[in-house]
Amino acid sequence: MTEIIVVTSGKGGVGKTTSSASLATGLARRGYKVAVIDFDVGLRNLDLIMGCERRVVYDFVNVIHNEATLKQALIRDKRFDNLYVLAASQTRDKDALTQEGVGRVLDELAADGFDFVICDSPAGIEKGAHLAMYFADRAVVVVNPEVSSVRDSDRILGLLSSKTRRAERGDGPMKQHLLLTRYNPVRVEAGEMMSVKDVEEILGIPVLGVIPESEQVLAASNSGVPVIHDAGSIAGQAYADSVARLDGDDVELRFIDAPKKGFFKRMFGT
Amino acid sequence: MRILDFLRARPKNTANIARERLRIIVAQERATRGGPDYLPLLRGELLAVIRKYVNVDPDAVQVNVERDGEHEVLELSVALPEGPVKAAGGA
Repeated sequence: MTEIIVVTSGKGGVGKTTSSASLATGLARRGYKVAVIDFDVGLRNLDLIMGCERRVVYDFVNVIHNEATLKQALIRDKRFDNLYVLAASQTRDKDALTQEGVGRVLDELAADGFDFVICDSPAGIEKGAHLAMYFADRAVVVVNPEVSSVRDSDRILGLLSSKTRRAERGDGPMKQHLLLTRYNPVRVEAGEMMSVKDVEEILGIPVLGVIPESEQVLAASNSGVPVIHDAGSIAGQAYADSVARLDGDDVELRFIDAPKKGFFKRMFGT
Repeated sequence: MRILDFLRARPKNTANIARERLRIIVAQERATRGGPDYLPLLRGELLAVIRKYVNVDPDAVQVNVERDGEHEVLELSVALPEGPVKAAGGA
């Protein structure tokens, strides 16, 4: 049984691709056969974050238009041979994706025995974003603790419950998870940033994970190695925890409290 | 506890402001979500007609679609201004 998970947000730049790369890698590390698909046709980036940009020969659009087979277009990950990337096209526009074509590729992945397909959605609410979510069984909504990101995410939640195959078939609500990224516990404690609880209450969906703001995320994308590989970084550990929860484990949230200050700092401030 | 705290102005708790603003706007947007696309237009045109006769606030006209079992009910509510009703602008 293949589970299709869309990673979406509405707003751009909140960490969808970073999260897709780490969630897919984490699931593969747990032994599942995983494909991660870039739906951002025209602005492909997942290949860079996954570090396979120089091995892209055929892409998602080629497969949809029968210019290549799925086997030819799937790029096997360097580290895990049960992890595959399907890159977006650089040269076509978003109309190159069709609902029928996307459905056919997903069916073929299911027939190939994939356990998970991660759909990395483009920003916005247009065709690419619509098709990324349309066939999904579950959704990971990536949110920054910031007003425009939260509002856009709520808009996406509305679309998830009305404009998907599940909704059209009346299969009941899609399982939705909140992934809070760029979280800064020190600023939350200072009253400068909304807390996990605030965002969770406003959006009304359960938290899958909280990824602390970390320099390691940029370092990871600079080098094309998903940050979850960096076991020494708190962002990598937080992604690993999120993957465990996605897989049904009960793991407590970490890195959501500001480090305790010592006596000297408390007396004299920072 | 910081002894130097009184020397600097305390920054406002902007996270609370963000949370309250989002609570309101999200609730409002959820209420109109899922309704037919023509609702905002219908509301605007109704408002224009009503304002020809009564000077009401722009948000005095509420148009909602409610589900009542099998059928949908289009619900209109118009809040008239307090005091004696005056015709607007002699139009």
